[in-house]
Amino acid sequence: MEVYKADVAIVGAGGGGLRAAIAVAEADPTLKIALISKVYPMRSHTVAAEGGAAGVTRPDDSLEYHFNDTVHGGDWLCEQDVVEYFVAHSHEEMVQMEHWGCPWSRKDDGHVNVRAFGGMKIERTWFAADKTGFHMLHTLFQTSIKYPSIKRFDEYFCSDLMVEDGRCQGVLAIQIATGEFTLIEAKAVIIATGGAGRVFRENTNGGIVTGDGMALAYRHGVPLRDMEFMQYHPTCMPGTGLLFTEACRGEGGFLLNKDGYRYLQDYGLGPAEPSPRNKAMELGPRDRLSQAFWHEKRKGRTVEGPHGAVVNLDLRHLGAAKLHERLPLICELAEEFLGVDPAHTPIPVLPAVHYTMGGILADGKTASSLPGLYSVGECSSVGIHGANRLGSNSLTELIVFGKVAGVEAAKFARSVSISNPAAIEKQAEAARTRALDVVTQSRGKERLAVLRTEMAQSMENGCGIYRLESDMQATCDKLRELRERYRNLKIDDHSKVYNTEWLLSIELGYLLEVAEAIVHSALNRKESRGSHQRLDGFEERDDVNYLKHSLAYYTGDGPPRIEYGDVKITKSTPGTRAYGAAGEEAEAAEREREGAGND
Amino acid sequence: MTDTEKVIEIQVLRYRPEQETEPVLQSFKVPFTDDMSVLQGLQYIKDYLDGTVSFRWSCRMAICGSCGMMIDGKPKLSCKTFLREYYPAGLRIEALAHMPIERDLIVDAGDFITKLESIKPYIIPKEPRTLEQGEYLQTPQQRDMYEQFSSCINCMLCYAACPQYGLDKTFTGPGVLALMHRYNADSRDGASAERMDLGYAHEGFWGCTAVGYCSVVCPKGVDPANAINQNKMNSAINYFTRFVTPKGGTK
Repeated sequence: MEVYKADVAIVGAGGGGLRAAIAVAEADPTLKIALISKVYPMRSHTVAAEGGAAGVTRPDDSLEYHFNDTVHGGDWLCEQDVVEYFVAHSHEEMVQMEHWGCPWSRKDDGHVNVRAFGGMKIERTWFAADKTGFHMLHTLFQTSIKYPSIKRFDEYFCSDLMVEDGRCQGVLAIQIATGEFTLIEAKAVIIATGGAGRVFRENTNGGIVTGDGMALAYRHGVPLRDMEFMQYHPTCMPGTGLLFTEACRGEGGFLLNKDGYRYLQDYGLGPAEPSPRNKAMELGPRDRLSQAFWHEKRKGRTVEGPHGAVVNLDLRHLGAAKLHERLPLICELAEEFLGVDPAHTPIPVLPAVHYTMGGILADGKTASSLPGLYSVGECSSVGIHGANRLGSNSLTELIVFGKVAGVEAAKFARSVSISNPAAIEKQAEAARTRALDVVTQSRGKERLAVLRTEMAQSMENGCGIYRLESDMQATCDKLRELRERYRNLKIDDHSKVYNTEWLLSIELGYLLEVAEAIVHSALNRKESRGSHQRLDGFEERDDVNYLKHSLAYYTGDGPPRIEYGDVKITKSTPGTRAYGAAGEEAEAAEREREGAGND
Repeated sequence: MTDTEKVIEIQVLRYRPEQETEPVLQSFKVPFTDDMSVLQGLQYIKDYLDGTVSFRWSCRMAICGSCGMMIDGKPKLSCKTFLREYYPAGLRIEALAHMPIERDLIVDAGDFITKLESIKPYIIPKEPRTLEQGEYLQTPQQRDMYEQFSSCINCMLCYAACPQYGLDKTFTGPGVLALMHRYNADSRDGASAERMDLGYAHEGFWGCTAVGYCSVVCPKGVDPANAINQNKMNSAINYFTRFVTPKGGTK
């Protein structure tokens, strides 16, 4: 087996992985970096992020406002010390991206422009039209080419982590073009593999978003934290789930039910004003908007379309010129995929799974519980999103914590050496056999796509916008069954060159285990908070029992073991989470309370 | 007859190096609805008819650049090309032209990536700036000078369309030349002379024979032909001024 000796290995070359690689290279140019990705870096799913990246910029904004928006938005399940670090470092990282050439949209005076986003009190979202993730990813990828110490392993699929002497010391990867294995020894490993949205049926995610790194860390004993919190984005394309950015509403778009009524005013988000006010109506947070859709559907006030119930995203009043300047990709998607010109016709939309708030347990410096293993981005739970992420916080997370991960991993790599290369190679041989067995030992009759489809449907049934114990239990049972049937796959492809069916099979193994972590964490959380909403007697938030992080531990063939961990509170004690006029009242009351406390 | 009962014939060019000495067409019958993309047709084949059919894809929304292929002889993104456009005649799908096939619809992107890496596709600042100094000022007009050329998704359709690249693999090619122009035209950058050293070479801008098909097939309106033309102009002016100014005219 080929062996490559690196100092730091990074799995995943999207925004987080690339930013981490650059940080390692800048921290110490003598460190050898292996950047491993199952796709060419610019295919990574960061590319599909549209709306923008948050960072306090305007003189009337403050770090405290961004902190409060994030912590309230996360329904107080955020690690507040980490959020403090995050908001304090967001702006400089956005400027760093600017220096690297990111084509941020500008004001007439040449300064970077910012736009409004859901749940954000002040406009602070930097944007590059509505292709922000695309531009950030390409900027980072192209900038990474400057650094000779970054060796890319493009189209290498990571099949396991090497854990020896109680720390992570490398990864095993399959070169997709040949089917050959490479052992990449590394003194520190950063996982940056993105989320797990593909466990659900209707989702905005690319086909590659299969929870790989989460499953790998989980199998090696690192808990997955807060996995029950899956974000439904309220405005997605019927049938495919493709995303229509929140920036549509940031720029002034309306959500209308079948009567042309801005229904969000009926769900504590009003009053309805001609242009959306920050933190009200269409600029409320995603969990609340998706929940409002669910209720509208129940009331029979949605529109019936070929792919089920939809509401209308109305952008007509913005005018063609503004739409083409600010939302060109949205226009393109609507026109090419739906035959709708948003300047003249509202876009039919529905909620779809968009983002995995939980992930690999990470401390504020991205370190996991396994020494030598770090994580960044959607795969990671560094603690800033809590029970509901605010739009435009995740792109910023990639660069703020990508840098932290790179610096920390570099520091760790310099402090250790590979302890036992022979043992690691032996491990790699065993892992190679396990990966090959997925194909060579498959003599069954189960079709991969059937299992995947059943999983995704079951997750939607059990872990949708609203949840019931009986449905979640049924999904738990279904996943047990699917993991059993997974041993009995029928694989058509037994070749080595670009055997994508083999890789899809390994990915399905990752998906099933991550799905189990999600539904068991959900079943055990007997309260409603953020994106986890129950209708079976646990409709309220329960801070006495559940102001806690869920921790899902791998138990091999059995279901995960769920434990709980403390939430770090620094300066915001859990209060009422309210938006619209009610939110402004709550904020005033809070100010008064704090003012009284200071006397 | 309802929508779901329609069936379309998709011919896929197969090439499995461990099994076939040369590419062969294989035909599949795929049930489809009018909103289904060619990519969804291929996914149906892989999921239910033949798991060995191999192709790249990810985002499904024409931004990741993975799923370029020849569809009835034209380079297209399969995710935003619809089966209904080929009904009832059916369609033929092949790997992108002008690049070696690794397997089925997957081409070797190595040459493209190497070229992309070779042109210094990053800001080399005219005036270095610290983070504390904040962002560079760049007016919307200055941004407009390069924005279009920064929209390339690296899908390589223009390479499959370019007759010059088909004949001569040393030609840098439309996408990478557009990217080079993207940085040259950025008000923050000061290294166009450095990059143009490559641009002057045979394989650079002058390699283009101005067919313009690259811009026709570009799914993102990048217009590489325009980028190349602008640089031919700059390069010609520069060539001339070299003789009349002592240090050359590249600054």
